[in-house]
Amino acid sequence: MRQTCLNMVYDLAKRDPRPLFVGSDLSPGLLAEMKKEMPERWYMEGIAEQNLIGMGAGLAKEGFIPYLNTIATFITRRCYEQVAVDLCLHDLPVRLIANGGGMVYAPLGPTHLAIEDIAIMRALPNMTVTAVCDAKEMVRLMNCTLDWPHPIYIRLAKGGDPVVSREDLGFAIGKAIPMRRARSKGSIVLMSTGVMTTNSLAAAEILAKDGIDASVIHFHTIKPLDEATLLDFARDAELVVTVEEGVRIGGFGSAVADCMLEQLGTAMPPIVRLGLPDEFPHNYGLQEDLFDIYGLLPAQIAAAANAAFHREDAVA
Amino acid sequence: MAIATETAQMLKLATPPLDERSKYLRKLVVRALAGGERGHVGSSMSLIEIMRVLYDDILRYRPDDPKWDGRDRMILSKGHGCIALYIMLADKGFIPLETLDTFCRRDSILGGHPEAGKVPGVEASTGALGHGLSIGVGMALAARIQKRDSKVVVVMGDGEINEGSVWEAAMCAGKHKLSNLTAVIDYNKIQSAGPTREIQDLEPLVDKWRAFNFAPVEVDGHDVEALRQVFGRLPAQQDRPTAIICHTVKGKGISFAENDANWHHKSKISQDVVAKLHAALE
Repeated sequence: MRQTCLNMVYDLAKRDPRPLFVGSDLSPGLLAEMKKEMPERWYMEGIAEQNLIGMGAGLAKEGFIPYLNTIATFITRRCYEQVAVDLCLHDLPVRLIANGGGMVYAPLGPTHLAIEDIAIMRALPNMTVTAVCDAKEMVRLMNCTLDWPHPIYIRLAKGGDPVVSREDLGFAIGKAIPMRRARSKGSIVLMSTGVMTTNSLAAAEILAKDGIDASVIHFHTIKPLDEATLLDFARDAELVVTVEEGVRIGGFGSAVADCMLEQLGTAMPPIVRLGLPDEFPHNYGLQEDLFDIYGLLPAQIAAAANAAFHREDAVA
Repeated sequence: MAIATETAQMLKLATPPLDERSKYLRKLVVRALAGGERGHVGSSMSLIEIMRVLYDDILRYRPDDPKWDGRDRMILSKGHGCIALYIMLADKGFIPLETLDTFCRRDSILGGHPEAGKVPGVEASTGALGHGLSIGVGMALAARIQKRDSKVVVVMGDGEINEGSVWEAAMCAGKHKLSNLTAVIDYNKIQSAGPTREIQDLEPLVDKWRAFNFAPVEVDGHDVEALRQVFGRLPAQQDRPTAIICHTVKGKGISFAENDANWHHKSKISQDVVAKLHAALE
């Protein structure tokens, strides 16, 4: 996904004079061909994220579409005021390519875990927040970035992620994609973002074996949130389960819950938000290990949904 | 520190008295302060001659076409000094003079910090300090790529350059040898909490900018002719950005406010205070 995203920057730059790439201190040889072919549109500016964002804003003000790239925690936490003021207040078409969204950098510890990026990015006016589920979908997103007039946060997954997205389902920024439709809407609806959609689809298969027919709605765009699709599925659901690789406070599940509460009021179905609790992860290992610790593996998602579904069933 | 202080004292002795235009522009500042009943008094007054020379003699712009591609870009990074920018924009016809009377009012376009989307001629929304130079780096780089000869001038406060982001931007500008970029420092030596040498000493300031691969120049920031000469010879060196360190006086022109941190910002400015400010300029 990461390589596809960066290759797409080069591809877009070949098609359009506006895109340019600005990295911080990334791998040697990164986009070497682009650097060679168009040296005035390829920059590596060192470990200075505040400057990275401000410089991107200045370039965008003059008509460029800068694609800025560094590790997710650094492009969000380190320069949050620059993102807020230089990009969002000016509403500039700058793209933040965030390596290692969520818990990709599990072995590197909490300084490198982007657990609240979705929450803090979606709080900023004018910011668009995206987390696609695989490399194929990344291509579709990147193709849309040329004409989107606002700043975009592009959360990257680990890379080599299984491809579950489908071209025939279409793609538009701000439009959620029903990836699995239950025969009846009166069932469990799993709503997910990023690679949690992959896990949610697998969870739906497990639920199916238990006789529970679940829908899976993929939100590659967390903001603007596709409230129409969300409500279309939530309105008749027995249970909504949100799944995200990040903190529950202010994250994707919060956005879904806010929408349901405001639009459905007392008619809203029960909601379970799966994600990280209010703590920094303290384990290392692999991303999968942290999924396991926080209940985000397919079997755990299915079990949580199943338990909540039957709990609600008992109440009813 | 000693060297710069001596330089400043030497320059102060040689500073010519304010001429009628400098006094007139300061009266416009008082007009905005009266309109808003508040504002950064000292921080605006120290900027007047810098802004006057930039807009009277140096910058290329079209008030009836503020986004004209061929314009020079001026970012007031010390956004709290915005009245000094607003009066120049009013004086040059970007906005009507009467707009100054609405400063900080509920529906005004003129806030306590300038916003690019609201005020014609304001290049960047500033107020949070330490942002302007990076934006200027991006603009200067864009001008180079687009083969435009636009100058990019970023005006910063001395307290502002406490921010680490300023030095990130300076390193980047030096690396790219952005000779079309000029950093201006309004070195009035007093920040909000007190003297800069006590709060966060900036010395040796000239050496700092030189070390970041800028061509540093010192000038009396209230000497109009000296400012014209320095700004008229940009870049100071062909292969690097310029840093113009302007030795200024906080509250310049208002005798009772000069060099007094208490006049950094004033709220609840009464008609009596307005009258005193006017009287000081007579």
